[in-house]
Amino acid sequence: MGSMRLAGAALTHAVLAAGLVGGVALGVGSYTFVYAHGASYLTDDPGACANCHVMQDHLDAWAKSSHHAVAVCNDCHTPHDFFGKYLTKSRNGYHHSLAFTTGRFHEPIQITPVNEAVTEAACRYCHTDIVQAIDVADRHSETLSCIRCHPSVGHLE
Amino acid sequence: MSTPSDQHTDGGGRSRTGRRLVVPVLAAAAAATVVAFGVTALLVNIFERKQEARNPFFRVVELTDETTDPAVWGKNFPLQYDRYKRTVDMVRTRFGGSEAMPRTPSEADPRSIVAQSKLEHDPRLKAMWAGYAFAIDFREERGHAYMLEDQTLTERHQKPQAGTCIHCHASVYVPYKKLGDGDLIAGFEKMNPMPYAEARRLVEHPVACIDCHDPETMQLRITRPAFLEGIQALKAAQGEPDYDVNTVASRQEMRAFVCAQCHDEYYFKGKGKRLVYPWTKGLKADQVLAYYDEIGFQEWAHAETGAPMLKAQHPEFELWNQGIHSRSGVACADCHMPYTRVGAMKISDHHVRSPLLNINNACQTCHKIPEEDLRARVENIQSTTYEMRNMAMDALMALIEDIKRAQAAGMSTEALDRARDCQRKATFLIDFIEAENSTGFHAPQEAARVLFKGMDYIRQGQLAVAMPEPADALASSVTGTDAAVTDS
Repeated sequence: MGSMRLAGAALTHAVLAAGLVGGVALGVGSYTFVYAHGASYLTDDPGACANCHVMQDHLDAWAKSSHHAVAVCNDCHTPHDFFGKYLTKSRNGYHHSLAFTTGRFHEPIQITPVNEAVTEAACRYCHTDIVQAIDVADRHSETLSCIRCHPSVGHLE
Repeated sequence: MSTPSDQHTDGGGRSRTGRRLVVPVLAAAAAATVVAFGVTALLVNIFERKQEARNPFFRVVELTDETTDPAVWGKNFPLQYDRYKRTVDMVRTRFGGSEAMPRTPSEADPRSIVAQSKLEHDPRLKAMWAGYAFAIDFREERGHAYMLEDQTLTERHQKPQAGTCIHCHASVYVPYKKLGDGDLIAGFEKMNPMPYAEARRLVEHPVACIDCHDPETMQLRITRPAFLEGIQALKAAQGEPDYDVNTVASRQEMRAFVCAQCHDEYYFKGKGKRLVYPWTKGLKADQVLAYYDEIGFQEWAHAETGAPMLKAQHPEFELWNQGIHSRSGVACADCHMPYTRVGAMKISDHHVRSPLLNINNACQTCHKIPEEDLRARVENIQSTTYEMRNMAMDALMALIEDIKRAQAAGMSTEALDRARDCQRKATFLIDFIEAENSTGFHAPQEAARVLFKGMDYIRQGQLAVAMPEPADALASSVTGTDAAVTDS
């Protein structure tokens, strides 16, 4: 009986200790999440994209672009369906935080092929009426890129 | 409270249960520690970035219009100062840049490292400049950090040099003002005619913060008298009188003008050795040449032909003005001091250098194509220019030989003078592209035009002193023909 009681006490101590250590980690983690405006990344607020400063120039350039009144970051840089949007957000979120925290990334920052495809699709999402006649010729040709000739519509250069 | 007997009885069981729990508890604690450690590190990192973004600078010292020492400015602007100090780097590019060449220091010249000699690399330069100080010692330019040291110790001092030279090789703004009792232009006029060594004692630093920045506002400003006067003369010629660059020029213009304070063609005017930028007819090489011809200026007489010569000097501003980047509103600083990220801060890279050493920041901000493609474009322009430059240099050597031969043969002074004038003009035009530090890149088509015009002067010069082939072999055949003609 004494042995059982003591074993129970040891278990209690152990769980308490693990709980304390885990709680500290959780607390620090939550604070970091709040401090870094983690929740803002789930919104469509363009300001959220400049949280980590690297995007500040792009945010400024967007504010001066022709599209700033009709499209925010997510309209051109995430797919127009729920699943695709949050998948893109989480994939970019992971890559961006890793890159900007370690400081290992190409300067000036360049869009990746995957994200460029997202943007090209976004152009067509709104402008289908205008471009379908052009697009029908060769859907996969590299030369049929909207932003190749209209690079400053989203970010004034 | 446990009694000794309790401990004795239960000790074993307690330690067994304890031991079973030790591993998972330690593992959980270790995992949580790692997580907490990592998250705290991330937290601090985010905190630092936020601080960096919030504080562009801390004012820890008071800067005045007398503060020449860049180290003092560096206390307020450590990031910029850190980059500025890196101009000591010696790195080659394909057609420029400097390479650290070891050298045995002497008492007169304590440098243990110098840049490679251009005269040794291309002996034609010696013949081109025969009789002039540049034929004695001419090396690849090193970074800004070396401008004063390299000028102080060049062997060109074998020929007396003027205090004017200091205008562009030292931080001269405060020394000029002191010398002129507060008047910048008066100080400039006083220092110009001094012997070089005397003027050298009045300056301490190579180009420094105060030469381009207002100490109060950090705005760009022009401090060099020759540019203040030169740009005013140019604008007046273009129909804009009383141009005051420091109040009228836009910020983007200033990002080129502060560099153009020194990176220009120039000459020393009259007894006062006033530094003048010869721009009243325009900035193109032949417009500058026309200006020199009009005032009858001559820098030296060529040692072998006696031609009245001109030396072109690093006309980067002039050539850039004829190029596509200038027309597109791209200033010197955009490519030679591009914005660079330091933490969450974005600063102008004060490590002034060739864009070829920094292609991503310098070119890719506008040109969204791979680095290798950009390098290939630049080097194609440069190697094309270099090929033309080499052809022109060979042709110039031939002209010099022809004039020498005509002199020896006692040709008329009139013909010789015509050829000498062509030598003067051709040398200036070729030198304009040779001395310009972009190997044609700043304005490829213009560089080609200037070299081509140089070639045309060489052609005219060679025609002026062309002699019927005098040699014995030809003489007989000519006589033979004549005889044949007479016979018939």
